[in-house]
Amino acid sequence: MSKEKLDLLQGTLDLMVLRTLAAMGPLHGYGLARRIEQVSGDQVLLNQGTIYASLVRLQQRGLISARWGTSEGGRRAKFYSLTRPGAKGLGEEAENWQRLSAVIERVLALPEGGPSR
Amino acid sequence: MIEFIREGLERFRSFFKKRELDSDFENEVSSHLEMAVEENLKRGMSAEEARRQALVSFGGVEQAKELHRDARGLPFLDSLRQDLRHTLRSLKRDRGFALVAVLILGVGIGANTAVFSVVNTILLRPLPFQDAQQLVWIAPPPTNCGFSCETYSADAFEEFQAQNQSFQDVAGYFAFSTEDNFRLSGRGEPVPATGILVSGNFFQVLGVQPSLGRLFAPDDARKGSQPVALLANAYWKRQFDADPAIVGKAIDLNGQPVTVVGVLPPSFDFGAVFSPGEKVDLFAPMILDDAREWGNILTMIGRLKAGVGLAQAQADVNLVMPQLYFNAKRPNSKGFYRATLTPLKTYVTGRLRGPLMMLWCAVGAILLIVCVNLSNLLLARAATRSKEFALRSALGAGRLRLLRQLLTESLVLSTTGAVLGLGLAAAITSFLAHQGAIALPLLGDVRVDGTALAWTVLVTVAVAVLFGVVPGLKVSAGNLHDSLKDAGPGMSEGRKHERVRAALVISEVALACVLTVGAGLLLRSFLRVLDVDLGFQPARSAAIKVDYDGRAKPEKRNATFREILSHVEAIPGVETAGMVDFLPLGRNRAWGDVRVKGKVYRPGEAPNPLVYVVTPGFFRAMGIRLLAGRDFSWDDGPNSRKVIILNEATAQALWPDGNAVGRAAVASGRDATVIGVVSDVRETSVEGSAGWQVYYPVTQEQPEGAKLVVRSKLPPQTLAPEVLRTLRDLNPNQPAAAFEPIQQIVDHAVSPRRFFMLLVTSFGLFGLILASLGIYGVISYSVTRRRQEIGIRMALGASPSNVLLMVIRATLRLALAGICLGVLVALAVARLIASLLYGIAPADPVTFAATLIILGCVALAAGFLPARRAAKVQPMSALRAN
Repeated sequence: MSKEKLDLLQGTLDLMVLRTLAAMGPLHGYGLARRIEQVSGDQVLLNQGTIYASLVRLQQRGLISARWGTSEGGRRAKFYSLTRPGAKGLGEEAENWQRLSAVIERVLALPEGGPSR
Repeated sequence: MIEFIREGLERFRSFFKKRELDSDFENEVSSHLEMAVEENLKRGMSAEEARRQALVSFGGVEQAKELHRDARGLPFLDSLRQDLRHTLRSLKRDRGFALVAVLILGVGIGANTAVFSVVNTILLRPLPFQDAQQLVWIAPPPTNCGFSCETYSADAFEEFQAQNQSFQDVAGYFAFSTEDNFRLSGRGEPVPATGILVSGNFFQVLGVQPSLGRLFAPDDARKGSQPVALLANAYWKRQFDADPAIVGKAIDLNGQPVTVVGVLPPSFDFGAVFSPGEKVDLFAPMILDDAREWGNILTMIGRLKAGVGLAQAQADVNLVMPQLYFNAKRPNSKGFYRATLTPLKTYVTGRLRGPLMMLWCAVGAILLIVCVNLSNLLLARAATRSKEFALRSALGAGRLRLLRQLLTESLVLSTTGAVLGLGLAAAITSFLAHQGAIALPLLGDVRVDGTALAWTVLVTVAVAVLFGVVPGLKVSAGNLHDSLKDAGPGMSEGRKHERVRAALVISEVALACVLTVGAGLLLRSFLRVLDVDLGFQPARSAAIKVDYDGRAKPEKRNATFREILSHVEAIPGVETAGMVDFLPLGRNRAWGDVRVKGKVYRPGEAPNPLVYVVTPGFFRAMGIRLLAGRDFSWDDGPNSRKVIILNEATAQALWPDGNAVGRAAVASGRDATVIGVVSDVRETSVEGSAGWQVYYPVTQEQPEGAKLVVRSKLPPQTLAPEVLRTLRDLNPNQPAAAFEPIQQIVDHAVSPRRFFMLLVTSFGLFGLILASLGIYGVISYSVTRRRQEIGIRMALGASPSNVLLMVIRATLRLALAGICLGVLVALAVARLIASLLYGIAPADPVTFAATLIILGCVALAAGFLPARRAAKVQPMSALRAN
């Protein structure tokens, strides 16, 4: 694994999962993992296995629901889909994230070399 | 918010559906991997490469499972469950250790729970009355003339009720009722019953509600009213088979029909509060108009008005008391009363505070010894398990995780011990609650209740932490490298370890030493109390309540008494018999005074003596020594000169020249000649000193009831049927009263001291056993560890007896350090319990010397077994062993 890959911040994976499900509709775990890898352009350090911890957490909070079904390849797989509270939660989370990232951006834009130097 | 509650619930559910969810997740993972492999194959990888890549992208399958479990379940409980399983497995492997540990803990915790239940019932819980904190005992400051100086006259009682400003109401009871003072007849053989006369408002003031019928009404206590009675619940069940229709029925008491108006609740036990160790069967209203001339007869219990404090009430009482008349018809009888207020709770249990606190501390010390002992055992175990722990920490278990594992172990042990202990405590408390013979208040209410249970939980956790934490820190702090490297028992692994264990054993011996000294002091005090010259000889005497017609003319009554005595003395085996109205160490009364004839006294200068009205022969029957002069005789008739007999203290005080016999005295206003002097009888308690006592002949004074005292070579139980039959022959109304050995009365009086002494002594014994176990454990372990060293010494020429001595010396060094420390602490502790001792100094040399010898012997015995084992070491095999 290359050092340039990004470590995921706590909670960011949850947001990615929710957003991906919102965009793609019901998906199984493998599909989700692949999709996130593709979207990130392989920039995110993701052990595919870790996505399941996120999935079970979101499921327990009632933001997504899960159901066994059959994949396009005819294989049994567990499909996850966004619930109504999930859609609402995604909106809030996304807004939070955007505000936070805007703040970080402004902080990073500060000129270097303070008065102490 | 709701999301998180939901998540919590889900986690909880998942925790219990682990297997199902695990297999579900496994399916999901395999489906994931299959899809990944399939895609990789499509990209043109070889089958093997496709699988490898799939697994690499997935990350560790096991880690993913672990993450999944942590995310969905209760990881804390999971590891607890793991710890528990591990603990149970390791304890099962080490059954001997587990058994010993649980037994020790069980006894330690059980003793603590039992003692706490006793302390809680007697000291901590309020009395079993409504708003008991408002109740106050009103009595004159303590004096030496028994119940008569603790009570008030009927007139004073009523005046106080009317004049005080601080009490909602004041009640009282007649203080001179003796046991078996009623005769219940009309239902087969007449049986004795104990009844107490109470003021009409007694139960209302205490806040007792009847379980059947009603309480006394003001009219019941009026002169000439229909006689009524209330039954104690236990008596109602025992004597009347819990007859639900008893209310309104008449029962025959002392030949008179008395209407039962109600039954008291089971929670009300008069004896348990006001006269510990006695059973009271029924209550009748005290008719004050009949009792105006009886002198001081009533106790007083007041219920404070809301918002009135004790000090305020005392100030009020200080004003009111001097205004009271002893007898309203006598103007000069005003101004003799005073009163001190004591919360009723303090009156009932106050003097037990010291002994109970001591008991509590003693049992706490036991618990400490138990903890130290278990710490020691766990350390010994930890030594053999250090490699297991090193391995586990090498495999990634954190220090906290190991500590938690060890604490789980100690919690499991202490909880199991607590379960055993609770059983033990329940047995002890139910045993104590049924010990009617122990004169401790409220003892019948002792049981393991919710509070005691909470206390037990607290103790259990505290104990687990206390004994688990030392070995826990020791083990988890262990140097991984050293532990893993340490390959065999020959290494110098345990020097530091052994120092900790030695320190533990020393403190254990010290604690046991303190307990032994305490137990020794109490035991010696108790023996001193038993040795007290009571002034009478309880052995071989027994007494029975005699029924006679109290309204008969004195001549007729005396003839009856004489007849009874001559018949009883004719029974084979009876040496002598006599009668008295009050037996020592029970109820008593004082009236009048005794003065030297011709001497002028200031008012109140001559003390009130305790008064006994006796028949000729009573002194011999009771074993009271006649020191000078003669006994009464039947010839001292009503019309001959008045005669009295004094006890030594009174004779000495009145005629310091030591020649009282033949002197003229004024006894209660009448001229009387002193015809004899008898030994001082320990009247109010075995331990107190004797006050003034005056004996009148039954031929010249009115007795208040009669107890027949019989002295015989035969044991009382053999004699009892014959005595009762003789009494029945003379008087068919004689109830089947108990023929009570006088020794039993003495035993009853010393029973609280015996109770505390026995408990502390058994704690001391248990402490000694634990200390010897501790010593044995440490010495035995060090012998095992030093087998090689011993082998070398023997190979170099040390004889087995050298080795034996070496080990025993080490043992004694340990014990001596503990004893020295213990003796120092014990000296301080002994001073603290000085008020509980009798007849010995706190630094009693005999006790301390005995403790030294006992502990020395125990240590020797504990060290001897390992020492012999050491002496039997075969040098060759010991050296080859590693």
